[in-house]
Amino acid sequence: MSGESNSFVRKEMISERIPPAAERGLFKWVRENLFSSVFNTIMTFVSLWFIYSIVVAAAPWFLNGIWDAKTIRECYDLLDGKSGACFAVLNERFPQLIYGFKYPSSEYWRPNLASILLLFALAPILFRKLPRRLLAFSAVYPFLAFWLIWGGSILTSVSAFLGCVIAIVCYRRFSSRSFAIAVLISLIAANVWWIIGGYIVDLNDSVLALKDVPSRDLGGFMLNLLLGTIAVCLSIPLGIALALGRQSGMPIIKWICVFFIEFIRGVPLITLLFVANVILAFFFPPGTSLDLILRVLIMMTFFNAAYIAEVVRGGLAALSKGQYEAADSIGLDYTQSMRFIILPQALKISIPGIVNVSVGMLKDTTLVSIISMFDLVGMIRGPILSSTDWNGVYWELFGAAAAIFFVICFSVSKYSQWLERQLETDRR
Amino acid sequence: MKKSVIISAVTVAGLTAGAAFAGTLDDVQARGKLNCGVSTGVPGFAEPDANGVWQGFDVAVCRAVAAAVLNDSDAIEFVPTTGKTRFTALASGEIDMLARNTTWTFSRDVDLKFEFVGVNYYDGQGFMAKADLGVSSATELDGATVCIQTGTTTELNLADFFRSNNMSYEPVPVETGSEAVTNYLAGACDVFTTDRSALAARRANFEVPTDHVVLPEIVSKEPLGPLVRHGDNNWGDVVRWTLNALITAEELGVTSANLEEMAKGTNNPEMNRLLGSEGTLGEMLGLDAEWAKRAIAVSGNYGEIFENNIGAGTIIGLARGVNAKWTDGGLIYSPPFR
Repeated sequence: MSGESNSFVRKEMISERIPPAAERGLFKWVRENLFSSVFNTIMTFVSLWFIYSIVVAAAPWFLNGIWDAKTIRECYDLLDGKSGACFAVLNERFPQLIYGFKYPSSEYWRPNLASILLLFALAPILFRKLPRRLLAFSAVYPFLAFWLIWGGSILTSVSAFLGCVIAIVCYRRFSSRSFAIAVLISLIAANVWWIIGGYIVDLNDSVLALKDVPSRDLGGFMLNLLLGTIAVCLSIPLGIALALGRQSGMPIIKWICVFFIEFIRGVPLITLLFVANVILAFFFPPGTSLDLILRVLIMMTFFNAAYIAEVVRGGLAALSKGQYEAADSIGLDYTQSMRFIILPQALKISIPGIVNVSVGMLKDTTLVSIISMFDLVGMIRGPILSSTDWNGVYWELFGAAAAIFFVICFSVSKYSQWLERQLETDRR
Repeated sequence: MKKSVIISAVTVAGLTAGAAFAGTLDDVQARGKLNCGVSTGVPGFAEPDANGVWQGFDVAVCRAVAAAVLNDSDAIEFVPTTGKTRFTALASGEIDMLARNTTWTFSRDVDLKFEFVGVNYYDGQGFMAKADLGVSSATELDGATVCIQTGTTTELNLADFFRSNNMSYEPVPVETGSEAVTNYLAGACDVFTTDRSALAARRANFEVPTDHVVLPEIVSKEPLGPLVRHGDNNWGDVVRWTLNALITAEELGVTSANLEEMAKGTNNPEMNRLLGSEGTLGEMLGLDAEWAKRAIAVSGNYGEIFENNIGAGTIIGLARGVNAKWTDGGLIYSPPFR
């Protein structure tokens, strides 16, 4: 049999050709996605018409926007009857929107620096590939940020930090004997140090002192970010502890956790904030009351922790009983089995829930505007909208607030999706 | 407050309790700062400017008291309060006085246990309508749609006014003042009603203010004034007579321009007693002789404060009206300094 007689058999490969025009590039995409059926075609045209009318209506408003004016009346004069935004308010009051109206303008570099350092402090926590040594900076950061934002002597922060170090050292030292004793001793040691440290700080309160900024002078988006970050950071460990406590076999711990979670979840956040603001003031004698921000932070942390506890409990419940039994069977004690077997899996399942609750928390920080704290929304609703110069400018201000929050919240949710992909090891 | 206190307070808050209770005047002087409650912002009455400095008609009362008591009109911690938090802030001692366009009513005075020390602005509910509606009096508003904030006394006053004039109206209930304005401008209602000072302030920032008129009728009494807690009459007297000093100064013709000259002594005995060159009025209050002089020096007498913050020359452009001094036919009247 000879192949030579089969002259119709092609001997060389045909070179690749580009697909026909209808099957490639933009044209294909448009045909498949926008005009694949009669119904889709109609919908496409309806949508186009919607987009067109919105753009036509909104574009002049943006394009005619006035960026340079002193009052809303000046804006009206410049616009001369045309439709247009008065972005000048953002221009003039920008520092107030970001820092509040009482933070001294010569000190703006401090919150700026603190927020840049926050990125560095969060980086090793958020990205596991970075060197673990960077975590040392993350541990120091809260104290550094406190010094930067509130000012005063650096000794205050140093003393607070040393107190924490002492507590950890004491715990390490005694933890082999008993967990409860170790916790008790470390708490006592830290408090003794803080009281001594307090006196030392009061004696030398000018060491590396920055200008004091009292809590009620904080405001603007800085306050939202501050409350949101601290409340979320503190409530995740607290929430995990509550979730574990709720599953505990020890009745007292279990019932305390159940009561706490159910109580906090049963009460609206705004009620808790009112309690923090007005009710607690009655319980402290004049002059010794806790700082308002601290009171609000405690309430927000509790609130968020209760929700995170339920999210984590969902994660724990999703693990099969076999995981718990496997941990027991290889002789791990409770702490070890939680740390090495249970929590890594449960938390991975809980990530979307935790992020969901936390993004909600960040946005809920705007509720403090109701208890007359001047966060971003409080600044807009209060001093800016009711100033003689700017009352009447609604869309521009609230639009800017929405844009700021969107950028932050969207980045957080993108990060969480990335983290989920990183931790994905099974089931798909 | 020292930073260390914040930290240790977390654990030892209870231990440091039990500070001795002294009079508010002593507290303020020991603290060196007056805690004055203001609103979170009402145009012309209390608003922080672009530099964050509080300005306004109510704020001027705080500054006068601080100058009288502490000899420094900036030694004030302004505590912004909302309509919801103002009374608890005062009752709990977080603020020493409240100067926040608060209406003096029976229940607030008696039931909430506050003491209104006087009236610094007589407000009243009014109506604003579009000029092209051709209405010149509120009695011509039969059948109008009215934008009204829910849950306020203005809502009740509105119903009373229309019923007593045998007219009908259609309410458009909204939550806040800003919302009411947006509805009104969008044409959802013919008329917008609230306190007249607020109407004037809102109108000033409309695109074309002259397209809107504030009707002459006043349908309610809203006497606004500073207040203090029950139970510390000495402090109440200090705030009351500081306000009266501003009013009396206008009556006697003492202005920020001629204050120094007048304080040297004149042949008007009441002026001399007011400004401290004669008598011991300051001493009786627990202050020094020049307390009232300092209070007036901050931003002038009552009339000057009015004109500079909300008067006809400002954007808000309120006429003195019932807030003229009594000799001009208004209600602003101070008991004599004797």
